[in-house]
Amino acid sequence: MRKIGLLVNPIAGMGGSVGLKGTDGLAEEAAQRGAVQRAPSRAEAALKALQPLRGNLTILCAAGEMGENEALAQGFQTQTVYRPNLPTAAADTIAAAKAIEAAGAELLLFAGGDGTARDLVAAGVQIPCIGIPAGVKIHSPVYALRPEAAGELACRVLQGERSRTKQIEVVDIDEDAWRADLVRTRLYGYLTVPDDRSLLQHGKAASPASESAQQNAIASEMAKRMKPGCFYFVGPGTTTKALLDGLGLEGTLLGVDLIADGKLLQKDLCEADILQRIREKESFLVLTPTGGQGFLLGRGNQQISGAVIKAIGKDHLFILATREKLFHLQGRPLLVDTGDPEADAGLSGYMRAIIGLGEEQMIRISAD
Amino acid sequence: MKKIDRSNPVRTGFHQAKWDEPVIFELTQPGERGVLVNKAEKAICEATEGTAAIPAFLKREQAPALPEISQPRVLRHYARLAQETLGTDVNVEIGQGTCTVKYSPKVNEQLANLPQMREMHPLQDESTAQGIMEILYKTNQYFCEISGMDAFTMQPGGGSQAILGMASLVYSYFKSRGEEKQRNEIITTIYSHPSDAAAPHLKGFKIIYLHPDKDGYPDFEAFKAAVNEHTAAFFVANPEDTGVYNKNVLKFTSYMHEHGGLCGYDQANANGLLGVTRAREAGFDTCFFNLHKTFSAPHGCGGPACGAVGCADFLEPFLPAPIVRFDGEKYYYDYENAKNPYGMHKIREFNGAAQVVLKAYAWIRALGAEGLYQAAKTAVLNNNYLFKKLMELPFVDAPYIPGKQRIEQCRYTLEKLLEETGVGTADIQRRMMDFGMHYWTSHHPYYVPEPMTLEPTETPSKADLDEYIATLKYVFNEAYTDPKYLKAAPHSSVCHQLDESNMDDPEQWAVTWRAYRKKYQ
Repeated sequence: MRKIGLLVNPIAGMGGSVGLKGTDGLAEEAAQRGAVQRAPSRAEAALKALQPLRGNLTILCAAGEMGENEALAQGFQTQTVYRPNLPTAAADTIAAAKAIEAAGAELLLFAGGDGTARDLVAAGVQIPCIGIPAGVKIHSPVYALRPEAAGELACRVLQGERSRTKQIEVVDIDEDAWRADLVRTRLYGYLTVPDDRSLLQHGKAASPASESAQQNAIASEMAKRMKPGCFYFVGPGTTTKALLDGLGLEGTLLGVDLIADGKLLQKDLCEADILQRIREKESFLVLTPTGGQGFLLGRGNQQISGAVIKAIGKDHLFILATREKLFHLQGRPLLVDTGDPEADAGLSGYMRAIIGLGEEQMIRISAD
Repeated sequence: MKKIDRSNPVRTGFHQAKWDEPVIFELTQPGERGVLVNKAEKAICEATEGTAAIPAFLKREQAPALPEISQPRVLRHYARLAQETLGTDVNVEIGQGTCTVKYSPKVNEQLANLPQMREMHPLQDESTAQGIMEILYKTNQYFCEISGMDAFTMQPGGGSQAILGMASLVYSYFKSRGEEKQRNEIITTIYSHPSDAAAPHLKGFKIIYLHPDKDGYPDFEAFKAAVNEHTAAFFVANPEDTGVYNKNVLKFTSYMHEHGGLCGYDQANANGLLGVTRAREAGFDTCFFNLHKTFSAPHGCGGPACGAVGCADFLEPFLPAPIVRFDGEKYYYDYENAKNPYGMHKIREFNGAAQVVLKAYAWIRALGAEGLYQAAKTAVLNNNYLFKKLMELPFVDAPYIPGKQRIEQCRYTLEKLLEETGVGTADIQRRMMDFGMHYWTSHHPYYVPEPMTLEPTETPSKADLDEYIATLKYVFNEAYTDPKYLKAAPHSSVCHQLDESNMDDPEQWAVTWRAYRKKYQ
């Protein structure tokens, strides 16, 4: 009997129908405005695609409306591993995710929005996840294109047709800012997903080489260009992480790490650390766009401040990006928002991004 | 007898043969032979004893692992495989945009198969090869006239090799000026053919890509920012894959020249340009034609092809040798370029695929100058008929400059169809196979979302175009009425859906039998 997890955030998506731009912290208000739950029906739509495997599948879930009801409604055998407090909250999502993984699920299907994905990051989930899109905001590529596609992808994984996984960014918009019509995203971390380009969001930029193969090629090119005796501050992201991995260094995925002459000198530097160490040697910054929306600076790498940029200089900046990442810009510029208008203006204009071995692409940088 | 109803042009009854044919190596039976060769006569054995002089390190230690298989089984094998392809002779070949598949007149095959051609050897005395040398010479002259260039080589064996030839010309030019180390970057665009990047990269150039601007033209501001003292050349197609002609191309080539670089024009497909524009007048220093795209020679499936590379006079000394010349009385091979210390000397053997040049020559002669211009006009007309008919569909769109006429092809987007039905371009592609039709999406990555690239050339008649359009509409309609069935396609073709999850992982590729055995057996 195979075990997969099902986690439904019952309030996800409720805010959208009543104009609330997200439901984080506003479930009660949404309900008062007459919002109806949409996550349960979407979770069931995903489960329908798993019907062919029903006889050989146990759904590990949280009790009631957090997954159990939907699984039972679709005739699946269930095992309840967590009982939420009512009304449910983010803490329940986190606790349920932990319980599902601990109970031996090989895959986690979850229905929600960006906030739900963020909770899974907080839970430290390691098993592959597939999001059933049900939230108001869907920016993370952890989500399938449609609920049915989530089920279809789960089916393929269980049948051994999607064995490869990859790590993807979990980003979310700052909802308070969004409600004030300011769009700011944050990078919260990474989740593991099945590597499928046809069923997951942001999967349109299929390229002949996998994203990880591209990242390895970019890392090789960058490694070739690194000069001895200089400092290289490597920013967050999976593409920059591939450089560290290629050099055999145990760096961080979300932090800024300092390397020189093939050695890791310091991990997870803050702005002050960076500014201090820049004074020691000729220094270079190695960045990749993070945090969705094509931000090069200011989302997920705030420790690289305007002061850091001014101290290092535009000509000492390396930008690494896969073709897929640049594809998603759809002609838009890469954005910089360090909070220092002078530093941002200094970066504006055209720059080159390393996209492969001996391959670069002209990209426009903009502060607007 | 019932009256045959032909009112619906969609071939709903099509079904392709499916043989589950193994790879030929798997058919091997130890000891089985196609031909049993008698032992050679004593005199022959003695005459070939000279092979003993071959050094041991050049000799195989064991026989090659070729399949052991009889003649009828070989015949069956390849006949079955032939039934599992969708060749240009059996389908209305509109759906392979950027491949430019046009009709290859069968009579030209017969010309190429004449004993006078078939039994020639490239090293036979020039006096016995005057016929084909004249054809090589004259075709060269025609290409010069069509492109405005001063010289051509027929040596490259296809488009990518031709681009390698252009990159080699660029390299030779800067080498002759002592600048080859400094000028090591080539700029190209994302909508030019991927080989415009790959082939120069093979030559050692760093590649800089440009994105299009909002109108779909290469971004001129990005171009200016990319050009510097390291820039060797700008390689670009025009029109690019979008089918949009960049009328400002002279601005790019002029800027490049002002900064000391050269310009290479990917004219693999010059189908909409014959007699209309010339590469040299657009400021290019080198260009190439794929004879199988523009000049009717058949696509070779990786077999014999010809990518004829042209150049301006100042680059001619770097062209590979030999070059066929005419002294007023006879044609002869000029090997002077082989002595040029900066030249590429050779990119392939001899004069390349002479039969392919012969077919292109025959096609050009059959059409004449006016005919070539007419072919270009017809190709553009066909494409714009298709464009108009498809753009009438609410879920079909074409990015960049709404309403602007495309040249000989167009990259459409089916993004709206996907949003409305969940059916994407890859689904349409598979379903079109069920009607015996090719359909192509795009090079990767898909810069145009849910891309569909169609290119009719001058070959199809209006009836052909209407059949293709009717089939596409049939499939589009199915996206709304029975998307589940559509997404499960193909149903009547050779292969069902494959697990593609690892097809982008080079570690798992096995493109030869040896690689397959190494990785999977």
